[in-house]
Amino acid sequence: MSITKTTTGVVETTKSNGGFTGAAANYIDERTSISTAVKELGRKIFPDHWSFLLGEVALYSFVIILLSGTFLTFFFSASMAPVHYEGSYVPLKGVEMSAAMSSSLNISFDIRGGLLMRQVHHWAALLFVASIGLHMLRIYFTGAFRKPRELNWVIGFILFILAMAEGFTGYSLPDDLLSGNGLRIIDGMVKGIPLVGTWISFLLFGGEFPGEAIVGRLYSLHILLLPAIIIALIAMHLLFVVVHKHTQYPGAGRTNQNVVGYPVLPVYAAKAGGFFFIVFGVVMLMASLFTINPIWNYGPYDPSPVSAGTQPDWYIGFADGALRLIPPGLEFVWLDRTWSFNILIPLVSLGLFILVVLIYPFIEAWVTGDKREHHILDRPRNAPTRTAIGAAGVTFYAALWSTASSDIIATHFHVTMEGVIHACQFATIVGPFIAFFVAKRVCLALQKKDREIVLHGYESGRIVRLPGGEYIEVHQPVDEYERWKLVSYSDYKPLMIRPNDQGRITAGQRVRGGLSRWFFEDRIVPVTTTELEQSHGDHH
Amino acid sequence: MTTTNTPKPARVRKSGRRSPLASVALIAIGLLFTGGAYALFSTSTASAQTDASSQQTIGEGQKLFASNCATCHGLGAAGTGSGPSLIGVGAASVDFQVGTGRMPMQMDGPQAEKKAVSFTEEQIAALAAYVASLAPGPAVPDARYLDAQGDSAKGAELFRINCAMCHNVAGAGGALTQGKFAPALDGVSAQHIYEAMITGPQSMPVFNDMNISPESKRDIITYLKYLENNPSPGGYALGSLGPVSEGLFLWIFGLGAIVGLTVWITAKSN
Repeated sequence: MSITKTTTGVVETTKSNGGFTGAAANYIDERTSISTAVKELGRKIFPDHWSFLLGEVALYSFVIILLSGTFLTFFFSASMAPVHYEGSYVPLKGVEMSAAMSSSLNISFDIRGGLLMRQVHHWAALLFVASIGLHMLRIYFTGAFRKPRELNWVIGFILFILAMAEGFTGYSLPDDLLSGNGLRIIDGMVKGIPLVGTWISFLLFGGEFPGEAIVGRLYSLHILLLPAIIIALIAMHLLFVVVHKHTQYPGAGRTNQNVVGYPVLPVYAAKAGGFFFIVFGVVMLMASLFTINPIWNYGPYDPSPVSAGTQPDWYIGFADGALRLIPPGLEFVWLDRTWSFNILIPLVSLGLFILVVLIYPFIEAWVTGDKREHHILDRPRNAPTRTAIGAAGVTFYAALWSTASSDIIATHFHVTMEGVIHACQFATIVGPFIAFFVAKRVCLALQKKDREIVLHGYESGRIVRLPGGEYIEVHQPVDEYERWKLVSYSDYKPLMIRPNDQGRITAGQRVRGGLSRWFFEDRIVPVTTTELEQSHGDHH
Repeated sequence: MTTTNTPKPARVRKSGRRSPLASVALIAIGLLFTGGAYALFSTSTASAQTDASSQQTIGEGQKLFASNCATCHGLGAAGTGSGPSLIGVGAASVDFQVGTGRMPMQMDGPQAEKKAVSFTEEQIAALAAYVASLAPGPAVPDARYLDAQGDSAKGAELFRINCAMCHNVAGAGGALTQGKFAPALDGVSAQHIYEAMITGPQSMPVFNDMNISPESKRDIITYLKYLENNPSPGGYALGSLGPVSEGLFLWIFGLGAIVGLTVWITAKSN
């Protein structure tokens, strides 16, 4: 099929033997001009690295969640009206429960494929948040959030928060004992906010906890509002990836102006399509072999019982951990109001933590004063302070997260609950500092080693005796491709404090200068060409 | 109690040669039969019920008590600095503590833990009879409450309200303060479950008959036996520990598998 443009501007097509596919493609193209988009997208180059697929995993698990979730909505009834369960699970027969719980049990036991779909939905949800987390860590530690991608970091992080919100609203829907206990904790946290807490709680639950409204309300959020926002943000997120082009790891021939990799068509489209089915397969395998959220064990929600080992799903664990870490006795009455600092301290510190992660790209850009675009990723060692901050953040999060399982740790490792809590308190407060220090020293040491390798090559282990009797060890010079990777990173210097237009040095400037010095004072500069030339012939 | 294992007949070889495994199989069969016969014999003698109240049994129990328990509980079972008085704890308490191996205690710790049982059933019965003779106390429960044929739905509800906060909804156990813990209930015999409820061993509260009637206790046992005998409908239960084991599994095996696959997918192209 060929298209010839006549002088009058009318597009005239002459059909060649394209068969049905050609004809169909032509039909569609004449009506939509989609070929431009396909050409543009199909030629889009993506670099190849396993860590670039983590975001894709998140996207695919979201698709799986949408598909299995749609199935579940066919049979779930989001009502808290009391009914008596008459399904086939014997130990709950005749027990009074909400319609939500009863329909969840029916999905599990009396609807063909229902239990599998429930487990697919739940496992995929855990995988969704986990892959977002891992994807985010990759972005952070390689500095992929730098200009021009700061906004995409913000969108991605909001997606992470929304995914947690989706997870939590979904966890609360079956109205089993576990989800009710989770809601009770949220209710407690909301009520702990001074002045407005009780009002918000009553508004949320439509009266005193648990009320009869919450499941229906969470359901609307879970299947309507939150997914709509998530889909819109995912679309923006992907659009930005196309607009910015994908980042790539440093290597010979890779610059800020090019992208080295394979085109979407045919390589990536096939790979990504196949990878979707791989992810689907892994989720299916987990869902068919491993129980998740056995609501039939938990039974219907009743405010009086709380089971041992009541925890939220993993992604809310850090918040649960923060509540467990707070020492007792932080409540007092002031101005006729109870001030629950045992709730306010975790709320505020987690809020601050989330805020700092959200705006980190802007903080770093301000501190470095760097306004260049970056399409080449940093090796984590080449940004020691950023890597160290990341290590501290991960330690802080991990300590809170493991605190959420303090009781399980206590029983399974035969230690005392109090000991676990104290160890976690130590890990939460002191751990980040240790992690910062260790990570930074490791980065600097690795950078020094890189420098050493570039300038002097590898030790070959070959000892040569010169005619004069001198012994030398021959060093193997590093090859040029390898060297590119080791020397091509940007060097930053601490910012100079400069007076502004009025000739004054503002406090902001001082803070910025101080932070910049803290970031870069002990940096290792990359090997320069001059150094490299001087070191030639010095490979021993 | 005893399962007589009838071993599968070794597959006959067409060639008529004796398999090199034949003699091993023969010895195994022989051992199984003699072992099984011995086990049958010994249990049948044990189940020949000794009269719990007979003076002879009590005397025997007293001797056993004096040589194994009196160091901590005192010669008259009135307790010492290192062990509580056993006057009035009843036969049920002795049967539970000694029958699960918790007593005699191996060492001081946050709580006495389950271990291999040190006495035969007759000896335990004799010890129980001796302690029960000191003062009235809860007796070993009647077999009709232990048949696990009650109402499991009611039992499940009672279990969630009274037991789940320490033992977990699925009876998987849970942590208490100062290194103490509520043990997992999987594999605990109906009799021991009942005795634990009426005697309240260690940190456990007593659930007497006014609190939970014997029929309700039977329902609870029915529920626990239902959990024990029916595999989780959703597949392997990951210890029934709840979201912690699910999250751990997802991160290690789920995400681990996914990351492995991403490495595989990108490695092929190079």
